[in-house]
This record gives sequence, structure tokens and C-alpha cells, in this order.
Amino acid sequence: MSTTSTLALTVNGERRDLAAGSSVLDLVSSALGRDLGPDGRPADGGRLGVAVALNSEVVPRIRWASTPLAAGDAVELVTAMQGG
Amino acid sequence: MGLPTDHRGADALAVEDPFVVDGVALGSRLIMGTGGAPSLDGLGDALDASGTELTTVAMRRFSAAEQGSLFQLLLDKGIRVLPNTAGCFTARDAVLTAELAREALETDWVKLEVIADETTLLPDPIELADATEQLVSRGFKVFAYTNDDPVLARRLEQLGAVAVMPLGAPIGTGLGILNPHNIELIVARAGVPVVLDAGIGTASDAALAMELGCDAVLLASAVTRAQDPVRMAAAFRHAVVAGRLAAHAGRIPRREHALASSPMEGRAQFL
Repeated sequence: MSTTSTLALTVNGERRDLAAGSSVLDLVSSALGRDLGPDGRPADGGRLGVAVALNSEVVPRIRWASTPLAAGDAVELVTAMQGG
Repeated sequence: MGLPTDHRGADALAVEDPFVVDGVALGSRLIMGTGGAPSLDGLGDALDASGTELTTVAMRRFSAAEQGSLFQLLLDKGIRVLPNTAGCFTARDAVLTAELAREALETDWVKLEVIADETTLLPDPIELADATEQLVSRGFKVFAYTNDDPVLARRLEQLGAVAVMPLGAPIGTGLGILNPHNIELIVARAGVPVVLDAGIGTASDAALAMELGCDAVLLASAVTRAQDPVRMAAAFRHAVVAGRLAAHAGRIPRREHALASSPMEGRAQFL
């Protein structure tokens, strides 16, 4: 792992560097600081309450693990906030 | 109507006369918004006081700096979540936001809000109808936030909305119900629940909405921005029940002149 290159992408409008080969699942897990199973659900049970759009397309939770990220991708990571 | 007629508290009355939408029975006719509350703790107390069983949330960028989770708060309280598409100006954005909400919160219910501009926050009817059609075809249950326009409300129902939610007045104004006649027309012609959404200022506005025949009331600022949100939430909890009872109690007709309620016969004669 030590010599792997990084890929630069945009997460919620801010530049972020991830290890090359990272998936959407890796990104969500690191952003939230929670371990996720391959189905995208928290390893500790409970609900995650977030969703991901990759280049303006929703990526369903079940496909997070199998969706690789590429340099230049724009990711939106959203959750419920006060409103309405 | 089978409405309860005894004098038990508002909660017992609400449970016996549930608000049914999309086949789900809710024990409160008050839908709460969460916008405008200064803290999650204060919001939680107000939600408790309101007795609500359905509460709206907005979908926004996740921030690790955010203290606490609104979604978790609602889960803990057993309150059903109604994600909205607030801030969307186009059908395209609203559909994408709804897809994100369904994915994040695992509900196909969505409060569809497509606004025209930031000054009025009024719904854009063209984009709203377009988004309703697209969302219904994707399996969403659309709660359509709409202008107080009986024609548009009917069109939204025909497009498959599970509830139509006309505004009383523009969002956050607290002006109450500016066109009660239109609200009555919407109710009279609707085959789906009608929810008065936006513009509510105080408890009497919510009672009036129910008296006009609305099935429920949705409000946020009236509680979250009140000086005492918990007290105001309790006021609304009672107001929707009071208005609902009054709506089906057969109010007296309005009269031009007075009509004595005490008989004129049998009066004592004074010399």
C-alpha cells in the first residue's frame, strides 16, 4: 500500500485525495468514520442515513463497494438536515 | 364521521380519528418541519410537545463537524421521516434530490417542493407538475407542495400525488391562510388528503385550516421560531384537534342580526 498513488476528486465541493483504487464504499466509510459491510450498511448495525451521487448520478448503497472512483470525479455525500 | 364526541384529551381524539395517507394511519394531524430550530435538543422537545408522527427534513451535504444526527433523533423518537426537496428550482434537481433521499432515509415518501425564486419561495407549477409525473413513475409517493390553486391541485392529484399540500401563505411569513375560499375549493374537489402547508403563524391559523376541511397541517417556523417553541407546539397539537372536531360538528349559520339564546317568555315583571 505504501507506494500506491493517490487520486484527486471533489467531495461536497472540496478537493480530496484518496488512495488509488478506492471505491465509493471506502470514501463513505472514511468520511463518516464508520466501518461498513460490503452491502454498504454499518458493521455495527443501525442506520447510516446518507446517500451518494457520483457525477450527478445516484449510486445505490448496494453498489458502493463495486463502484470505483476515478480522478476528477465529483461526489456529493448528503444526509438529513433541518428543513421544511 | 365516527369522530369521538367525549371530552378526553387531544391525544385520545387524534388516535381514534387517524390521519390516513398512502394507506398509513398516523395518530396526529400535525406534520412538523424541522427548519429554523437553533439546536437539536430544543427541536426534540418541541417535537415531543407537538405529538407529531411525521416530520420533514431537508437533504444537505454531510458535514463531519455537524453535532448529532437529525435522522437518528427522529428514529429514536419513532417519528416517520418525510424528506423534502427544498431549494430545488427544477424538476431535474428535485428528482435527483428525491432519489438521494430515498437512498439515504429508506422511504419512498417525498415532500416535493420546486420553487420559482428565492424572494417568494412560491412553487413553480410547470416544474412541479413535471417532477410529480417523473417521481410517480419512479415509484415515489409524492406529497406535493403547491400553490393555493384548485386547478393545479387537481392536476397534481391526477398525476398521482398521494397528498396535495396547498400553501396558506408564502413560506415563513406567518400570514395565515390568505385565500380560505381556494382552500375550501381544493378540499371539496380532492380525492387525496389535503395538507395545509406553509404560512401558518399561530394556533388559530391551524384550527382554521382544519375547519376549512384540510386533513392535516404542516408547519415549521411557527414553532421553531416562536419565543417558546415547546409551548407553541403544544398549542398546535390542540389546535388541529379542535379544528378537526369543529369541522365535523356542524357550525351554526352566520346571521345578519342577533338571535337571543334565552327565551323572552317567562321573564319577571318589574314595576
